[in-house]
Amino acid sequence: MHNFDFVKPASVADAVAALAAEGAQALSGGMTLLPTMKQRLAAPEVLVSLTGIAELRGVSGRAGASVTIGGATTHATVAAEAKAFYPALAALAGQIGDPAVRNRGTIGGSLANNDPSACYPSAALASGATITTNQRDIAAEDYFQGMFATALGEGEIITAVTFPIPEKAAYIKFAQPASRFALVGVFVAKYADGVRVAVTGASNDGVFRWAEGEAALSGNFNGSALEGLSVPSDGMIADLHGTAAYRAHLVKVLTKRAVAAAM
Amino acid sequence: MPKDGGIGASTKRREDIRFLTGKGRYTDDINLRGQAYAHFVRSEVAHGRIKGIDFAAAEAMEGVVKVFTAADFAGVGGIPCGWQITDKHGKVMLEPKHPVLADGKVRHVGDPICVVVADTYEQARDAAEMIEIDIEELPAVLDMKAAIEPGGTLVHEEIGSNLCFDWGFVEENKAAVDEAFAKAAHVTTLELVNNRLVANPMEPRVAVADFESHSDQYTLYTTSQNPHVIRLLMGAFVLGIPEHKLRVVAPDVGGGFGSKIYHYAEEAFVTFAAKVVKRPVKWTSSRSEAFLSDAQGRDHVTKIELALDAENNFTAIRTDTYANMGAYLSTFAPAIPTWLHGTLMAGNYKTPLIYVNVKAVFTNTIPVDAYRGAGRPEATFQLERLVDKAARELGVDPVALRRQNFITEFPYQTPVAVVYDTGNYHATMDKLLEISDHAGFEARRMESAARGKLRGFGIAHYIEACGIAPSNLVGQLGARAGLYESATVRVNATGSISVYTGSHSHGQGHETSFAQVVAEMIGIDAAQIDIVHGDTSNTPMGMGTYGSRSLAVGGSAIVKATNKIINKAKKIASHLLEAAEGDIELKDGKFTVAGTDKSVDWVGVTLAAYVPHNYPLESLEPGLEETAFYDPSNFTYPSGAYGCEVEVDADTGQVTVLAFSAADDFGNIVNPMIVEGQVQGGLAQGIGQALMENCAYDENGQLLSGSFMDYAMPRATDLPMFNVDHSCVTPCTHNPLGVKGCGEAGAIGSPPAVVNAVIDALIRGGHDVKHIDMPLTPSRVWAAING
Ligand SMILES: Cc1cc2nc3c(=O)[nH]c(=O)nc-3n(C[C@H](O)[C@H](O)[C@H](O)COP(=O)(O)OP(=O)(O)OC[C@H]3O[C@@H](n4cnc5c(N)ncnc54)[C@H](O)[C@@H]3O)c2cc1C
Repeated sequence: MHNFDFVKPASVADAVAALAAEGAQALSGGMTLLPTMKQRLAAPEVLVSLTGIAELRGVSGRAGASVTIGGATTHATVAAEAKAFYPALAALAGQIGDPAVRNRGTIGGSLANNDPSACYPSAALASGATITTNQRDIAAEDYFQGMFATALGEGEIITAVTFPIPEKAAYIKFAQPASRFALVGVFVAKYADGVRVAVTGASNDGVFRWAEGEAALSGNFNGSALEGLSVPSDGMIADLHGTAAYRAHLVKVLTKRAVAAAM
Repeated sequence: MPKDGGIGASTKRREDIRFLTGKGRYTDDINLRGQAYAHFVRSEVAHGRIKGIDFAAAEAMEGVVKVFTAADFAGVGGIPCGWQITDKHGKVMLEPKHPVLADGKVRHVGDPICVVVADTYEQARDAAEMIEIDIEELPAVLDMKAAIEPGGTLVHEEIGSNLCFDWGFVEENKAAVDEAFAKAAHVTTLELVNNRLVANPMEPRVAVADFESHSDQYTLYTTSQNPHVIRLLMGAFVLGIPEHKLRVVAPDVGGGFGSKIYHYAEEAFVTFAAKVVKRPVKWTSSRSEAFLSDAQGRDHVTKIELALDAENNFTAIRTDTYANMGAYLSTFAPAIPTWLHGTLMAGNYKTPLIYVNVKAVFTNTIPVDAYRGAGRPEATFQLERLVDKAARELGVDPVALRRQNFITEFPYQTPVAVVYDTGNYHATMDKLLEISDHAGFEARRMESAARGKLRGFGIAHYIEACGIAPSNLVGQLGARAGLYESATVRVNATGSISVYTGSHSHGQGHETSFAQVVAEMIGIDAAQIDIVHGDTSNTPMGMGTYGSRSLAVGGSAIVKATNKIINKAKKIASHLLEAAEGDIELKDGKFTVAGTDKSVDWVGVTLAAYVPHNYPLESLEPGLEETAFYDPSNFTYPSGAYGCEVEVDADTGQVTVLAFSAADDFGNIVNPMIVEGQVQGGLAQGIGQALMENCAYDENGQLLSGSFMDYAMPRATDLPMFNVDHSCVTPCTHNPLGVKGCGEAGAIGSPPAVVNAVIDALIRGGHDVKHIDMPLTPSRVWAAING
C-alpha cells in the first residue's frame, strides 16, 4: 500500500469539499478499496472516510411504500433494520460476504463499485430504486452503465438509496464457489404495475433486466410462466467457474426459484 | 480405559492453549534487531528471456540497501533435488539447474527475478516498482502431451527435452501385463485428470536469517516441516555452509500439507543476503505470493485400464500417466508420481500383474511436489474410480466386486514391490457399511427424489504406504537422503523429561501424543514430559514430518531412546535396591524387586543418576540421557473404507455432501481425538479437491486461480458432520508401537468416494454419465448432465 492522507469529515458538505482535492477518493467500508490498495492497484492520495457522517447512515421507511437507506449504511444494518419494510432486500444484505464484510461494507460502496457479481445492483434495478447523490437523484435504470461503470461523476457521493416496496420479492443467489459473490443472482420484484427481474453475475455488461421473463411473469406470477423461455448465452460471462451457457441457464432456474420464494 | 495422559487417551492438545490464545510463536513473530526486508520481484510472464534489468533508480531510493539479481549468485549452487529417478531405459532423469534467482530466463509466472532489500517492507515494494525488466516473451509450454513432442518449445534448452523421465514400473512385467489384457474377458478403461492443487496452509511461508561475522555463524528461521533437511540441502548444495555454522529453526508452523517440506529459493536468499548486507534479512510471503511460489500438488493426466477374467477377478492393471513437474524440480518432486504412486497401484486388490508408466514433464508452471497424500491420492483415485466403472460395466455391485478381489492374506507381496504387513479390508468395509447405514440408503434416496433431488452413494477403499521409509530401500530407489528419525530423551535430575525429536509438528499435536507415549512407558504423568522440536541446534539430525511418518518413525525413535533410558534406570535401581537387574520391574513410575515390596520411585533413580553419591560409577556413567535413531524395516500400510452420500441438484449441477463416513485401520491409536482431527482435516481437503479446488492456468500460463477469489477452499458449511471410526485395528507388525499413521488418509480415500457418489446419483437419476473430472463444480456437473 502506498502512503495516503486520511480525513474523516462529519458532514456530506465537508466530504464533498475534501473529495475535490487532487487524488482524493471516498472510502466507505473499505471492503473493496482497501484490498485494491494493498495490491497497489489503486493509490489514492487522500482517503475521505464517509463512515463518520451521521446523515449517511440508517434505514427509514414507510411500510408498503418505500424504504430509504443511507449511503454509508452497512450490510449488517440493512439486514437487521430493513427487514420490517423490505424482507427480500434485508435477506440479500444478510447473504453478502461474511459477518466481517457485512459489518464494514456498505450499500453506497457496493453500488458505487458496481462489481458485475455484486448483489445490491440487482435489488436496485429490480426495485426501480432511486440513487440519491449530493447532486441529484438517479433512476437505477440510468445508473448502471456496465461492469464497474456507473452514472456517478467525479467526487459525487451516494447519500441514499430509496427502494419502492414491492408486493412480493425474492433474491436467489447462486454463489461462485471461491469468492461466494454471485455466480448468478436474480432479484424478482412484483409491483402492482408488473414484475421486474434483474440479474447480476451473468452478463459482461453487468446487471441487466430479463425483459422476456418480466413479460411472462407480469401475466402470470408463477414459475410455470417461464416454461418455453430461454435466455441467450451471447454476452454472458465465461470463466473458470461457469460457461456462458451455464450462466444463461442459471438465469432461468434462479428466476423460477425466486418467484417460488417471493414473499 | 486408558490411563489419563497415557496411550489410548484422548488427551487434549497441550499446544492448543498457545495456538488458540494467540501465544504461538511463528516465524513472522521473529524480528531481529536491525533487520532489513526483502521483496521479491517475480515474473509476470510464464516463459521469457531476460534481456535486461535496470535497477539503478531502485537502488538509489530511500531506504534501499541493495538490489540482488542472478549476477549476485554466480558462485552459488542451484536449489537441489532430493531424489533421482532412473527411467525405463536405465537413464537418469534430466535435472536442470534451478537458480536461486532467474538466470537468463523466467520459466513460470512468479519465478523470482530480483530482490530488493530495504529498511522497511514498504520501501522495498516502492523500489521494486521502479525496476525495469526487459523480457522477451516466449511461448508457454503447458500441455504435457504436446510438450514432449519433438521440435517444440523447451522449458530448459540446455537439457534438450521437456521429458524429465519416462518411468516404467515394473518394466519386466510389461509383456506379461499386455498379454493379460489380450486374454481378458473384460477390459475397463478410464481417462482422467487429477487436478492441480494449491496447499494453502493458514500461515504463508516466512524466512528470516542472521549472520554473525565474528563466528561465521548463520541462523535461519523458516516455516519448515524439516529444519535439518533444509540445513543439509541449503548448507551443502546451495550456499556451501558447513552444518556446524548453520542453525535452522522452524518454530511454530501454521500448517504445511507438504508445501513446507521443500527447500525454497527464498530461504537461500535471505541466508545469503544477510551476510552480504551485514544485517538480518526477513521475507514474509503474501498470500498472493504463496499462490505463485509455494510448490503445488497433484496434476496428473492418466489413462488406466483394468483387465478381468470371466469370473470378474482382476487379472491386470495398466496405467499411462503424465505427471507435471512444473518449471523446476522441487525437492521430492520426482519421487511423487513414481515411488509414492506406482507402488500403490495394487490398492487393496490381489491383481497379479501391474504395469505403471509415468512420463514426468517440465512445463512453464509453478513446480509441483508432494501435497497431503503425495502420489497415493493419485493412485487411489484412478484405481477406485476404475473399479467403480468396471462394476457398472459388468452390472455387479461395486462393494461385491471389491470384496471379491480383496487381499485377505498377509504379509502380501504386491506385484509393485511393496509388501503389506497387515490389514483386514473386509472388516473396514463391514464397518463402513454399518456406520454409513448403507442399508438405509434406498429409503433416503426416495426421500431425496420426492424433493426432486438425485441422491447417490459412493464407496472407495484405500491403501497407503506411510511411515516413510526404510533408508536402504529408498536409497536403491533414488533417494539422496535417509528416511530414519531420531530422538534424544533427556531425563532431568528431578525426574522431568525433555524429549528432543527430529519430527516436526506443524499442526499434528506431537507435543501431546509423543508425551503420551513416554508417559505410558515410564508410568509417570505426561505433564512431566516436554517435547522439543524444530531447532537443529538442540535436536539430533532428523528428517522431519511428512508422509504420515511421525508417530510410526519418529515415535519409534522415541520408544527406542526411552527403552534405553529404562534399561539404564533399571541398572541404577538394581544398585539402589541391591537386587539383580533382571529382577527389577518398572510399573507406574516405580522400580520394584519382583516378588518383594522393595522399591524405589522414578525420582529416586533420576536423582541418583545426577547426584551419584551412591552409584555404580565403576560400571555405569552418571546421567540419564539417551539418543536413538530408528530406521523402519518396511512402510506401514493404513487402509480404510470410505463412503460418501451426496445429493445433486440437476437443475444447477450443485453437489451437496450429505454424509461422509470413514472406517480406517490405523493400527494402534495413541490419541483417538487427535486421530479423528487428522482424518477430519484430510477429508475436508479431499472433498475440497473433489468438488471445489482447482489450480488453473490460461493458455499463456497465467494463473487463473491466483487468489481466494478464484481458488475455492472448502468451508465448514460445505462439509457434513463426519462419521469417523478407527476401531478396526490390525497393528503394524514391524514398529514397536504397532502404529501405521493417519495424517494423509482422509485426503487419499475421499476424492474417489465423492466422485463415485456423484456418478452414482446421476446414473440412478437416469443420466448416462461415465466420468467427470475433478473438481465437480456445479458448472461441470450441469454440463455432464446436459451432454
Ligand atoms: C470477502 C468479501 C466477500 C464479499 N462478498 C460479497 C458478496 O457476496 N456480494 C456482494 O455484493 N459484495 C460482496 N463483497 C463486497 C462488499 O459488499 C463491499 O462492501 C462492497 O463491494 C464495497 O462496499 P464498501 O463500503 O466496502 O466500499 P469501499 O471499499 O469503501 O469503496 C468501494 C468503492 O466505492 C467508492 N465509494 C464508497 N462509498 C461511496 C459512496 N457513498 N458514494 C460514492 N462512492 C463511494 C469508493 O471510492 C471505492 O471506489 C465482498 C467483499 C469481501 C471483502
